[in-house]
Amino acid sequence: MIKRLTSLAQACSWLAVVTTLGLVLLLLGFLGLRGFDALNPALFFGKTPAWAAITARLPVWHGIWPACVGTVTLVLLASLLAIPLGLASGIYLASYAPGPWKRWFALAVELLAAIPSIVMGLFGFALILFLKKTLAPQANTCLLLSAGCLALLVLPYLILMTQTTLEALPSELRLTGLSLGFTPWQNLVHILLPAGGRGILSGVILAVGRAAEDTAVILLTGVVANAGLPSGILGKYEALPFHIFYLAAEARSDAELAQGFGAALVLLLLTAALFLGAYYLQNTLAKAWKQKDLLI
Amino acid sequence: MVISCASVLAILGFLAYFALPIFAGGHLGEIFSWEWRPFQGQCGILPMAVGSFLLAVTAMGLAYPLGLGICGFAHGLGPRWLRRPLLGLIHFLTSIPTVIYGFVSVIFLVPLVRGIFPESTGYSWLTAALTLSLMVLPTIVLLIQAQLQQVDGRVRLASAALGFSPAQTFLWVLGPQASRGLWAAAVLGFSRALGDTIIALMVAGNAPQVPHSLLDSIRTLTAHIALVVATDSTSQAYQSIFASGLILFMVTTAINLTLRRLQSGTRPAASHD
Repeated sequence: MIKRLTSLAQACSWLAVVTTLGLVLLLLGFLGLRGFDALNPALFFGKTPAWAAITARLPVWHGIWPACVGTVTLVLLASLLAIPLGLASGIYLASYAPGPWKRWFALAVELLAAIPSIVMGLFGFALILFLKKTLAPQANTCLLLSAGCLALLVLPYLILMTQTTLEALPSELRLTGLSLGFTPWQNLVHILLPAGGRGILSGVILAVGRAAEDTAVILLTGVVANAGLPSGILGKYEALPFHIFYLAAEARSDAELAQGFGAALVLLLLTAALFLGAYYLQNTLAKAWKQKDLLI
Repeated sequence: MVISCASVLAILGFLAYFALPIFAGGHLGEIFSWEWRPFQGQCGILPMAVGSFLLAVTAMGLAYPLGLGICGFAHGLGPRWLRRPLLGLIHFLTSIPTVIYGFVSVIFLVPLVRGIFPESTGYSWLTAALTLSLMVLPTIVLLIQAQLQQVDGRVRLASAALGFSPAQTFLWVLGPQASRGLWAAAVLGFSRALGDTIIALMVAGNAPQVPHSLLDSIRTLTAHIALVVATDSTSQAYQSIFASGLILFMVTTAINLTLRRLQSGTRPAASHD
């Protein structure tokens, strides 16, 4: 009886794994096959000569170049806002925060992480409505607003990664510096941060990937289908995820559909590369501390 | 740190500020009603709330058993050497952008559903639930995995010493021991599925109605927010999206607070072992 139940459960788990693998292969294979054909310079630049498009001398029509530039600008801006804050908060939580405060802060971070991204976008949208009514009647949704909301969205990931990386370092490391007469600050800057650097960096990379792929936030805060290259941080812009979203609903020809597949593949390659980078860094970090453990 | 607290409060404050006229102005009955006809002043969001709930529940119903199967596979039901590659792959899947699931679903799954059920347009509850379940699957696996991992270290040696095979350990020791954590993972997964916008917006059809069958079109609260902002309608319609945002915010917050409570209740007991 027990044997039969066990083999039944084993069969079910095999089924689950095989089903999942099949679905994933179907998804990626479909995308890879259809997207690979579309991957060429024309996908990015349309009929505009590549160099003229890159140096922004000629506008690009029928290409995803403006969307790529928009996404990169957006992600850079969001990182600029989120990374200093996230790292500082994570370090504070791991090393400085007194007990009761730490509990409340950790709760706030957890709640922030649980907020659906569309609500974050709605928050940005509400902010603009509020500004329109009160301080700045000409305020409108823009690149800066999207970057701000995206920064809020990835902030909890950054804080948690920094905190857990620092807390996972062996306690000998923390105590050695202090016992040699380092101040807590020196201990942090010269010992803990260099030791945990890879882990924190992988957290940063994951956060960047999260910011690059999110569609719901930018949908409410200023992305448009046709804006050309972003004109400034207060202007409208294009972005890759939104471009894919738009083409899925509005593609009228096979060429536009092919562009959608190309854009999806480019975005997937981007997030996959970011993920693999972060994964590699985390693995090397784990290995480094395992070896140290053996030595001690 | 302070910023992170402040932003949670600011978000809640803003949503409440914009949703407040609904509660103060006596439009409560209009927002919480079953009719969505903004040009006749009827802005009920209840069909969307039902839509959100149904979609999240069905997606979880599909994804959770699969996730449990995969975790069982990794914890003794499957061969050991497959464990690392499998979990690595699942980790990788979390990095696939949501919009890509939506895109492939629009191109591939929607025509398929339309082909099998000619009376449907293909943009339906069923399509959205299938897509969404694949999207939340890696998250669910990681949530379950985290819960099992906590128990695994404590019971594995003991049960191996008692002569359990790895598969038996999972079924009769690990699983029952982690049952509370498994519930927690299910609820967290539900709150993730509830928060998704893009897949619902792309493939669920977005008709503001209570669906009668899996093939009916369905609209979620999240998609409702995106649609109303995009189509610039009446001020009462705007109020309805702030009410929707507030509902989503309160539900996810409540789920997290409750789970935190439950887990802090079990933690002291766990630390004794």
